Amino acid sequence: MVKREFLATLMIIGLTVAVTGCVDSRSQAHAVYVLVDTSGTYAREAGNARLIINYLLGTLQPGDSLAVARVRSRSFSEKDIIAKAMFDTRPSQANAQKRAFRDKVDGFLQTVQGSAYTDITGGLIQGAEFLNETGAGKRTILIFSDMQEELDKVTIRDFPISLKNIRVIAVNVTKLSTDNIDPRRYLGRLEAWQKRIEGAGASEWKVINDLERLDAIFAKS
Amino acid sequence: MTDLDSWMIWPGNTALSMLTLLLIAMIGLYAARTPMHGLIRAAGQALAGPLRLGARWLFATALEMKERNRAVLLAQGRREVGQRIEREFERVGIQVTRDLQGYPVLQRKLLEEITRIEEDYKKCGEVPPPPPDWVEAVAAVAQIKTGGGEVVQKILDEIRRSVERIHDKAIGEYRRAYEERHDILEGSLPFWRSIDKTLKQVDKKMADLQESAVTVDAQMDKYRQIVAKTDEAEATLSNSAFTQFNIAVIVLAVALGGAFVNFKLIALPMSEMVGAGDYITASLRTSEVAALVIILVEASMGLFLMESLRITHLFPRISNLNDRMRRRMIWISLVLLVTLAGVEAALALMRDMLIADKQALLQSLAATQQAATEGWIGRIPTAGQMLLGFILPFALAFVAVPLESFVHSARTVGGSLLVDLVRALAFVLRVLGNLARHTSRALLHFYDLVIVLPLLVEHLVRSLRGGEAAMKPRPLDSQGELKS
Repeated sequence: MVKREFLATLMIIGLTVAVTGCVDSRSQAHAVYVLVDTSGTYAREAGNARLIINYLLGTLQPGDSLAVARVRSRSFSEKDIIAKAMFDTRPSQANAQKRAFRDKVDGFLQTVQGSAYTDITGGLIQGAEFLNETGAGKRTILIFSDMQEELDKVTIRDFPISLKNIRVIAVNVTKLSTDNIDPRRYLGRLEAWQKRIEGAGASEWKVINDLERLDAIFAKS
Repeated sequence: MTDLDSWMIWPGNTALSMLTLLLIAMIGLYAARTPMHGLIRAAGQALAGPLRLGARWLFATALEMKERNRAVLLAQGRREVGQRIEREFERVGIQVTRDLQGYPVLQRKLLEEITRIEEDYKKCGEVPPPPPDWVEAVAAVAQIKTGGGEVVQKILDEIRRSVERIHDKAIGEYRRAYEERHDILEGSLPFWRSIDKTLKQVDKKMADLQESAVTVDAQMDKYRQIVAKTDEAEATLSNSAFTQFNIAVIVLAVALGGAFVNFKLIALPMSEMVGAGDYITASLRTSEVAALVIILVEASMGLFLMESLRITHLFPRISNLNDRMRRRMIWISLVLLVTLAGVEAALALMRDMLIADKQALLQSLAATQQAATEGWIGRIPTAGQMLLGFILPFALAFVAVPLESFVHSARTVGGSLLVDLVRALAFVLRVLGNLARHTSRALLHFYDLVIVLPLLVEHLVRSLRGGEAAMKPRPLDSQGELKS
């Protein structure tokens, strides 16, 4: 009788653990893909991207993923990923990885060269691919750009893309000289991107221009 | 005519229409008086009956629970007081054994000292004999008359000198004898003191024994009262249980605070061991659960240690182990506890290192000047954390004591509160039942008030038919029935 009760208790404990313990650890992880525009005049702004990347390095937890890629004339390529890391679950190892990551990004930002065209869509597709591969529960693409896409005649990007369950946040969207003449161009550009990104199935679209309030980027995460 | 006016029997005359309708309604209600009374009464009884029944059942249950609580409380009290008496007897037994063990030696010592004192006393009693026949000789010489001449005077002077010499010698011997006796008495003084000291010791031991006997008597009185199941014993035990419960709750709350601090100390470094990215539930990290498990294991080890030391008695199987096994268990629990305390101290150190590493990283990311090292002052928090990490598991081990009090007193307190709850529920049901009964009665009276005019007519008719006796209206009885 006692043995039976003991076995029953074990079964209950096992079931409880099975039910509560079946949470995929990756589903709690956060993956962030940062796109840094290096085209034209915006290449000068690339230094500000360091602020965001450092903020992310300080905020992301062990087990999270981070990748930094550049936006060039054609950005749908792994070669455009400057640095990527899935941080170790041990805090000490994660800190070491973050230091290495920072050094790598710093090296890139010091030698950044402007490109002729701006392929934001290609970067978004590449970013979505990376984020989906991480299997993280929360996925975010940060675009550090003026959101002015310029493609050469050969590059094809006018097709539907998929950004399902991905948050897209445009940061430091600077105004072009033409925007100052007619602000509707700037607003129209942002509106067009919002339409496209939400149409691609993104969970959220947000624009943050004030880099002093970086907390707002992950306020709802 | 609008729809609102459709009820009017006399269109345009609201008062007359209302009066007519009222009269019709009165007649209708008067005709339906008996069945309506029955309906209201039945409804009242249907509501009040089950409520009163439920209240009665709850009161009976509360009484039964109270009796059961009382039986449990008295049984617990009997066991506790019995154990206390047992311990007192053990203590008295040890005291008696220890003191009586020394009594033969003490007795022999006392006898020896008394014999010595007796001998000394006897020696002191030997008074030197008075000078033989000297008194008579002196008296005879004293009667000789001095007028006899020079020869006689000389003889008498000679005799006086001889007597004085002999007297001085006798006095000297007498004094020497007294000096000797004083010496003997002086020699016996330490023995008197020794006897006095020994007797004081005996007195003290007897007083201790008497004190223990008084304690045992008091406990025995308590035990007798519990066995006799007196109300006084129950009240005393109940008060004691409530006090124990409150104290245990306070101490457990303090211990929980300690456990929380302990948890905070080891939760972060545990992520270094089991990983910070693993989750058991959506918001519960594996590292946090691991830290919690370590704290609970420490508490369990403390519990086993206290059980093995027979300080607590939560597990009868551990208490009933033989001494050898119990000693083994004490050592095993203690070694595990010390090991876990060491692990905690190491984890506390690791926590400090991880935080310092994180701070350094954040400072380098923020590109700010790194804070200067504070030397040995900066190491105080680290040492403090390590010390806390080592001490807290031992402090947690003592949780077993208030936990036992909590478990034992919770039965009494919980049972008592449950009885009060059931009684309160019974009271509410009873009030509701009475409310339903009285409401139905009030409705009956109200019904009669509405049809007061037909009732007056009825009374008038009855009076005309049956004389004065019928003049009195038929009142309602206590059940709301019309009295015949």
